[in-house]
Amino acid sequence: RPSQTSAMAARVAVSRWGAGPAAGRRGPLVPCRWWSGAPADTVYDVVVSGGGLVGAAMACALGYDIHFCDKKILLLEAGPKKVLEKLPETYSNRVSSISPGSATLLSSFGAWDHICNMRHRAFRRMQVWDACSEALIMFDKDNLDDMGYIVENDVIMHALTKQLEAVSDRVTVLYRSRAVGYTWPYPFHMADSSPWVQITLGDGSTLQTKLLIGADGHNSGVRQAAGIQNISWNYDQSAVVATLHLSEATENNVAWQRFLPSGPIALLPLSDTLSSLVWSTSHEHAAELVSMGEEQFVDAINSAFWSDANHTDFVDSVGTMLQHAVALLKPTKVSARQLPPSVARVDAKSRVLFPLGLGHAAEYVRPRVALIGDAAHRVHPLAGQGVNMGFGDISSLVHYLSTAAFNGKDLGCMSHLTGYETDRQRHNTALLAATDLLKRLYSTSAIPLVLLRTWGLQATNAVSPLKEQIMAFASK
Amino acid sequence: MLGGRCLSSSRDRFLGVFGSGCWRTLADCPCLTSPAYLENHLSWTVQIKRWVSYRMTFAYLNKMKSYRMITLDASWRTDWRGMRYPVTRLYSTSQTTVDSNEVKTFRTLAHRWWDEQGTYAPLHSMNDLRVPFIRDNLLKTVTDHQPGKPLSGMKILDVGCGGGLLTEPLGRLGASVIGIDPVDENIKTAQHHKSFDPVLAKRIEYRACSLEEIVEETIETFDAIVASEVVEHVLDLETFIQCCCRVLKPGGSLFITTINKTQLSYALGIVFAEQIAGLVPKGTHTWEKFVSPEKLESILESNGLSVLTVAGMLYNPFSGYWHWSENTSLNYAAHAVKSKAEEPPAPTEFFLNRETERLQANDSANPGAHEELKK
Repeated sequence: RPSQTSAMAARVAVSRWGAGPAAGRRGPLVPCRWWSGAPADTVYDVVVSGGGLVGAAMACALGYDIHFCDKKILLLEAGPKKVLEKLPETYSNRVSSISPGSATLLSSFGAWDHICNMRHRAFRRMQVWDACSEALIMFDKDNLDDMGYIVENDVIMHALTKQLEAVSDRVTVLYRSRAVGYTWPYPFHMADSSPWVQITLGDGSTLQTKLLIGADGHNSGVRQAAGIQNISWNYDQSAVVATLHLSEATENNVAWQRFLPSGPIALLPLSDTLSSLVWSTSHEHAAELVSMGEEQFVDAINSAFWSDANHTDFVDSVGTMLQHAVALLKPTKVSARQLPPSVARVDAKSRVLFPLGLGHAAEYVRPRVALIGDAAHRVHPLAGQGVNMGFGDISSLVHYLSTAAFNGKDLGCMSHLTGYETDRQRHNTALLAATDLLKRLYSTSAIPLVLLRTWGLQATNAVSPLKEQIMAFASK
Repeated sequence: MLGGRCLSSSRDRFLGVFGSGCWRTLADCPCLTSPAYLENHLSWTVQIKRWVSYRMTFAYLNKMKSYRMITLDASWRTDWRGMRYPVTRLYSTSQTTVDSNEVKTFRTLAHRWWDEQGTYAPLHSMNDLRVPFIRDNLLKTVTDHQPGKPLSGMKILDVGCGGGLLTEPLGRLGASVIGIDPVDENIKTAQHHKSFDPVLAKRIEYRACSLEEIVEETIETFDAIVASEVVEHVLDLETFIQCCCRVLKPGGSLFITTINKTQLSYALGIVFAEQIAGLVPKGTHTWEKFVSPEKLESILESNGLSVLTVAGMLYNPFSGYWHWSENTSLNYAAHAVKSKAEEPPAPTEFFLNRETERLQANDSANPGAHEELKK
């Protein structure tokens, strides 16, 4: 009898460790641990696994949500608590571009105020141009409002930690706690099986929760344990980051990005005299850049931005023709190509490289599990959208969970989790596909593709509604 | 990758709508138990039947809230709180004694209460409508409430709670809820389900009994009574409402969701089900048991309850979601308030002129226009 076999299966205690199986398309089919009937310890309403930018922000957002007043939330972080006594003079080399939508989320639970009190830099314009032609695109808002903010990751993390401490009666944070195993419940009740997710920590203790949120980065343990398929590949590029000193103080409210055939190089403003570098290039070149002398490094950066070595006459003339054609069809003010500020020196020890890749989880949710941030999607930094997509996930998930809590629903119920998944997959898939396409399109110096992208860039630059659409999509 | 989940689940529903009920094996059939309300004396009889599963047709049939029917014998059509399936003449002559094998099957199937994509999926998704309906109307009666536990301090009675689908959300919102159902198995399922949640275990109490059995001990104790998908299974609606009124505190609320008795509910329930499912012989639905809003209102008014809201509900079998509607010809929800002793009920946002007319003239003949709850 099917019922008997499945009841027996429920009595087999199995838990998944590390990489999960290729389970069925939906639903982790790992049988549940026999529920021994021991007195229920605290059953948490939500456990967020992973205390990075996105995980901590998720815990914060839930902690400050009005409908989560009497709910128990837990944040698990494998690392130690980072206490920032005083803001260091030197800027950190890991920075993020925060969109206005993300800033709204951060201010909804008071973290943005802390960031403003520490330091951040607003930029009002963005220039993106090609190394192989004269084509460029300039983004700015009509009244020169802030397009986005460049904030150091440490500053954001510190603001989030402060806000978490303020709501510690609702949100418990466990540092130095790594989840090593997860036990999934059956889709619906079998006799005597616990309906909650059980998490085993490194020290052997176990927790139970009604909803597990995986925010543990692109090698997500939650995603692997749940057996969710992940479409991913590594790019043949690594990103080099560094903090740069400009030759002279400028207003520095423009973000610059140039697409070289080897990869995009971006200069993001940090202060009047400092900017942050993000240079995605081949693995060999990246290793070279990190190890070469300071002066050589600075020269490499300046020539990357200024040199026209990749221009060919043919492409230039065609480009000029295209520009005239576009101007005829749609006369707009042609913005001349501006040059970014020149770099004088680089902060010692601020050069680091890390590999790049793309990843997207086939499913963002399972019964009682949801993935947010890099656990769900990993993107190339060329669009500056990585952490913003994560913050967008948080806004959406908190909205659905809040409504569910106000309706007295079981938080791990699939009906609202699938709402979150549909909402975010639509947005994220489009952005991921576009970013990947751009990366591939600009990774070549083959003439036909160069012409194609030159024309495309010029056309997009001329069509203001299209530019506004792009900006609106990226600012969410 | 994109939308795959939605497509497959709506495909299931789509197939479910048009599929034949014969796809499922007998072993999958729910065993049904049912309360039987006798005219003058209410007693519960547990009957178990084995049916070919109507799950496939259920999704559409539920649109007009046709329920799986348990025929006890020819003269009584009794329905088990929850799902009712159309009965063929063939099955109506089946045995009615309790079979231990069927008890076992039913116990497995009792778990289907909590299978959100299963037989009771429409009832689960109806919570998206009825919980806010109950919550918002109760919040109007209090001046302030605790965020996070908006219904804390309220005592609610859930009559015909089944597996506790509606009881648990009310408990999560902070209310102390007593859920009653005449069917032992349902109560066992409900008890079992709430036992894992320490918060709910304290706030909810289940009892396997009928409403009349607890009337004497609970006179005027409840702030609200919820009778969702129950009154269309009751033989004597008048007595039922009277009992509700007795256990309600003055000023307390009564929430009812049920099916209207209209040509539309008849046509969709009988004609469509017969043509598509081919499992419903003519005359098997107890359409006579359906209650129209007008009749319900007149009974409520005559028992000292004033009707504040009547709102239509519509089920989309393809998406699996319910929607509020201005059309009450299929499903509807009603909210009535017990008048405080001798005084007219306190004015609320939905207080209409006709309320004062009714109180003055005691006219229960023609309820007139319905109030609609805009969602």
